[in-house]
Amino acid sequence: MVRFENVGLRYGMGPEILRDLSFSIEPRSFQFLTGPSGAGKTTLLRLILLSLRPTRGLIGLFGHDVSRLDKDTLTGLRRRMGVVFQDFRLLDHLTLYENVALPLRVQGKDESSYRAEVTEFLRWVGLGERIHAFPPVLSGGEKQRAAIARALIVKPDLLLADEPTGNLDPSLARRLLRLFMELNRLGTAVVIATHDIALMDQHDDARRLVLGEGRLHIYE
Amino acid sequence: MRAARILLAIKTRRDERRAHGGAMPLVPAASISGRALVTVIAIMTFLAGLTAGAAQLVASASSDWRSSVATEITIQVRPVGGRPVDPDVARAAGLARATEGVESVRAYTREESERLLEPWLGTGLAFDELPIPRLIVVKLKDGQTADLAGLRKALSDQVRNAVLDDHRVWVQRLATMAQTIVVIALCVLALVLVATALAVAFATRGAMAGNRDIIEVLHFVGASDGYIADEFQSHFLRLGFEGGALGGGAAVLFFIVARAATAAWTATPGGDQIEALFGSFALGWAGYLSVVVVAIFTALLTGLVSRGTVRRTLRTIA
Ligand SMILES: Nc1ncnc2c1ncn2[C@@H]1O[C@H](COP(=O)(O)OP(=O)(O)OP(=O)(O)O)[C@@H](O)[C@H]1O
Ligand SMILES: [Mg+2]
Repeated sequence: MVRFENVGLRYGMGPEILRDLSFSIEPRSFQFLTGPSGAGKTTLLRLILLSLRPTRGLIGLFGHDVSRLDKDTLTGLRRRMGVVFQDFRLLDHLTLYENVALPLRVQGKDESSYRAEVTEFLRWVGLGERIHAFPPVLSGGEKQRAAIARALIVKPDLLLADEPTGNLDPSLARRLLRLFMELNRLGTAVVIATHDIALMDQHDDARRLVLGEGRLHIYE
Repeated sequence: MRAARILLAIKTRRDERRAHGGAMPLVPAASISGRALVTVIAIMTFLAGLTAGAAQLVASASSDWRSSVATEITIQVRPVGGRPVDPDVARAAGLARATEGVESVRAYTREESERLLEPWLGTGLAFDELPIPRLIVVKLKDGQTADLAGLRKALSDQVRNAVLDDHRVWVQRLATMAQTIVVIALCVLALVLVATALAVAFATRGAMAGNRDIIEVLHFVGASDGYIADEFQSHFLRLGFEGGALGGGAAVLFFIVARAATAAWTATPGGDQIEALFGSFALGWAGYLSVVVVAIFTALLTGLVSRGTVRRTLRTIA
């Protein structure tokens, strides 16, 4: 589903942040991506998301070579991925409801076809009361949950979550992890970037990708 | 104070939502410097409308001259050596009547000729003492080439003091001038439209730079370039229609006022001349239509240019 071969990346003329990365992410798999702050977790997720291009090496995504993608295919691939950004990236001028519905709206779906589902998702992440609130008035944890709901609403084939529990209390974090695991059982491949050891211990048969000094160590 | 600001923000959002049939636009209207752009578009549309209207005015005035004057020639008969001019006038009129392609011939009587001169010379002059030329107006049949060369030769042979005056050379020259004016007007129109397009392109680029985060998020959640371009285009199309309506309305108003003003002036000699040239500023329905067409075109151009700019800019972003 995702395949890296000797991938290297540097920002501009800076040092190589990622070096010789070779790994793959299988359909329906579940993995944590971890490593110290600044190790390149977000950078790696951005490579998978195609918001960054590798400076060398090959990346294959859903069977496509990413160096030879046209825009329509790229849009199609992004629709199969759900992303939770470390900094949430909610649109401040839209309500939570509208933010969560966004991936469906930009696919041109009719609002009546997803209204109930979006409301249901918001309730599921504990934001049932705040459907019509705007992001700027929410707490960090509330924004994070809205971002998670937005990533899950399309039932993606691949879920990328960058520190999805960073702003949550342990019990809420556990609940959301169970949500990710449930999603995984239903067929979604999940990648969670985190340095929360406690969280990883909740699901200790998950695969661990550990980044350090630009290289990746894999613990099955 | 803060509460008031929040309330205002909520109200604005509500208005925007209503303008978009219930759904909040993904690119917030407040993030686009709309008022400045509407002003620019309004000014440009006004100028373009004036130019289009003026071109229409000149074109229709020149076709008026052509249709009325081109079918007419005059013969002037000058009195010579104190002998009566009437027989010469009659002879010249006879020659004209006998010429092929002539529809009608009318010789001005002496009284009529004097009345023609009255505005210049005043009344109460002893016209008998002046050698006043007499006019014969010859109407030509439409769509037929009259034998004017023959008539000219006959006149110079038989009525030495008669001169054939063919207005058509003069009309031709005026028509050429009018055509030149129309061509220049079209060039000005094109330049104005190009300037508008550039202003819209700049405004679009500014709006995109200001909404870079939103565009990025839209990409990540799977929006295609076309979808994002639609979002921007709908904003700019609306701004274009606002500006077009303002500018086009002002141009139409200008022509209505100008017409009323010239109607009030026609009593004065200056007004006479303006009227002779421009046919009383009476922009026909075709003229008003061309202003409206220009305004609508400007609005559509605005939408189209912003769409093109968005797509071109998006192509450079991953
Ligand atoms: N846009 C950028 N331009 C230049 N350097 C960057 C950019 N983004 C990240 N970096 C650098 O790349 C390195 C890896 O950053 P990254 O954000 O991937 O780390 P991370 O593992 O996600 O860290 P954290 O756990 O703190 O989120 C850092 O040293 C950072 O300074
Ligand atoms: Mg990070």
